[in-house]
Amino acid sequence: MVKEAVPLTEQVFSGKETKPVLPIVGNIAVKCTKCKEILYTRDWEKNLKVCSRCDHHFRLTARERIALLVDPDSFIETDADLASTDPLHFIIQPPSHSDQRTYAEKLEAEQNKTGLTDAVVSGHATIEAMPLVLAVMDFHFMGGSMGSVVGEKITRTIELGIERRIPVLVVSTSGGARMQEGLYALMQMAKTSAALAKLREAQIPYFSLLTDPTTGGVSASFAMLGDVILAEPGALICFTGPRVIEQFMHIKIPENAVNSEFVLQHGMLDAVVHRRDLRPTLTQLLRLYSRA
Amino acid sequence: MPYDLEFEKPLAELEKKIANLQRKGERLKPEERFQLQEAERELPRRTEEIYKHLSSWQTVLVARHKDRPYSLDYIKLMCEDFFELHGDRSCGDDHAIVAGPAKLDNQTVMLVCQQKGRDMKEKQFRNLGSPHPEGYRKAERVMQQAERFNMPIISLIDTSGASVAMMDEERGQAEAIASILCVMSRLSVPIVAAIIGEGGSGGALGIGIADRVLMLEHSIYSVAAPEAAASIIWRDSAYAQYAAEGMRVKACEVHKLGLVDQIVPEPSGGAHRNYQQTANNLKEAIQRHLVDLKQLSVDELLENRYQKFRTIGKYTRLETSGAITT
Repeated sequence: MVKEAVPLTEQVFSGKETKPVLPIVGNIAVKCTKCKEILYTRDWEKNLKVCSRCDHHFRLTARERIALLVDPDSFIETDADLASTDPLHFIIQPPSHSDQRTYAEKLEAEQNKTGLTDAVVSGHATIEAMPLVLAVMDFHFMGGSMGSVVGEKITRTIELGIERRIPVLVVSTSGGARMQEGLYALMQMAKTSAALAKLREAQIPYFSLLTDPTTGGVSASFAMLGDVILAEPGALICFTGPRVIEQFMHIKIPENAVNSEFVLQHGMLDAVVHRRDLRPTLTQLLRLYSRA
Repeated sequence: MPYDLEFEKPLAELEKKIANLQRKGERLKPEERFQLQEAERELPRRTEEIYKHLSSWQTVLVARHKDRPYSLDYIKLMCEDFFELHGDRSCGDDHAIVAGPAKLDNQTVMLVCQQKGRDMKEKQFRNLGSPHPEGYRKAERVMQQAERFNMPIISLIDTSGASVAMMDEERGQAEAIASILCVMSRLSVPIVAAIIGEGGSGGALGIGIADRVLMLEHSIYSVAAPEAAASIIWRDSAYAQYAAEGMRVKACEVHKLGLVDQIVPEPSGGAHRNYQQTANNLKEAIQRHLVDLKQLSVDELLENRYQKFRTIGKYTRLETSGAITT
């Protein structure tokens, strides 16, 4: 029997709040952050990193997400080498602050940690032999924050969809815009939305999948513009996070109040889909929306 | 108007000195008369000097000044015949957004503006200029109407950000903003947006997809309010001044980055010192851009607008050591 007193493995998402992640017991078990159940790692992975007891959907990396959705060996990555240039030269630091790393230093650290150059992986693939272009965000890279590279890669993905006349899938997960890129980050909302407007005129379908968490500038642009908007169960989906609303309005918001089910109830989603049903659902949508 | 910002202290002192000497009237001694003349000459010079070298945080304070002209002030000074339209045709009317047709000289334009409030009552009525989803939906339908009637759209931006409350989440704040960003990018009429005070984040961008984006000299435009950015980067909103400086929020900095088309000059000491002068400058700039934009065909207009935002972003290609495949 596994003892309870296990130190939490803390993973600091640079620039975002520290979140305790997956207390690892040796390497053979993980503890569900929601219901505290101990799960055997092998079973947990086989279950697509969903807790078998409470159905809590753990966050996936972009590559895990792609592997679970597309036909094996069909994914061809595009623009894998695009990276940020620290456009504002954001080196300013309050002298008394504990973390004295500049944006450039944080970027490098995140790149080494995740093996990604930024918070999104883009490319094209097939699902049940039906072609599509896709861009999948990754929360592990600086909290999935959107800067120039995320905006550029998503825009290029959409433009590739227009050029090849094939459907577009974007999987979103983000803490919001990347502060250190300032207005460049904000403008990515405009850039991606404008590309989607062109896609719309070209009458090509765009499927948006929202995963935990999808917030801020990402939800207020491409994430909420899908022709069909899907979300995983229990995902935090909002414009302003509940903690911020609490501080601003001096009220208390219950835990998990603003999640996929809430957003569905208020008319902003098409479906909440369990992770195991994502691939069949996308297959169904691709068939329904194809130009026969 | 008193000089009440912290960095305006030297100006406040000069003004006090002038007032004290002027009060003496005929009883002024010759050297006092000289002092008065000196002070009267010094005040505008000092004002000019201070305002030409505002720091990021000082600019934030001017952009947020309680006496700064708001959208309705400009509408009154620049336009005639303004008819305010209301409602989102769904569930409500947001008073943080003021919209409707008006005459700008001889041309009908569609105004879509963010309006803050002056006193407590008005601030509440206008939700401090922070639009709800209903506001963006009103803006969207009014803009689509402008397209139908071939009216250029003038957007005046002045908000610290979109409204933050549970009701806003319930009514789909994110979707409302995303939708108008998408729609604005394809409207076939010229759009000129001007940031007249605070350009707060997505809340500002929500009516800011334009062919030409102008900023008043002492306005700010940022991805997040400095306080919010500081909480996110350094987990303490007390570092707001550092965030403001790091993010380059001033009009001149934004212009240097190529993200804004023109800076509209303000009278010395800030727009709040001379509403009429500021309005004149703004109107002239808007007119000039409208004339320019009128020359373009619809296709040119739309493609230019697309490219304007398409080309924003800075990135490079890294040397990667072998691709990682799934």
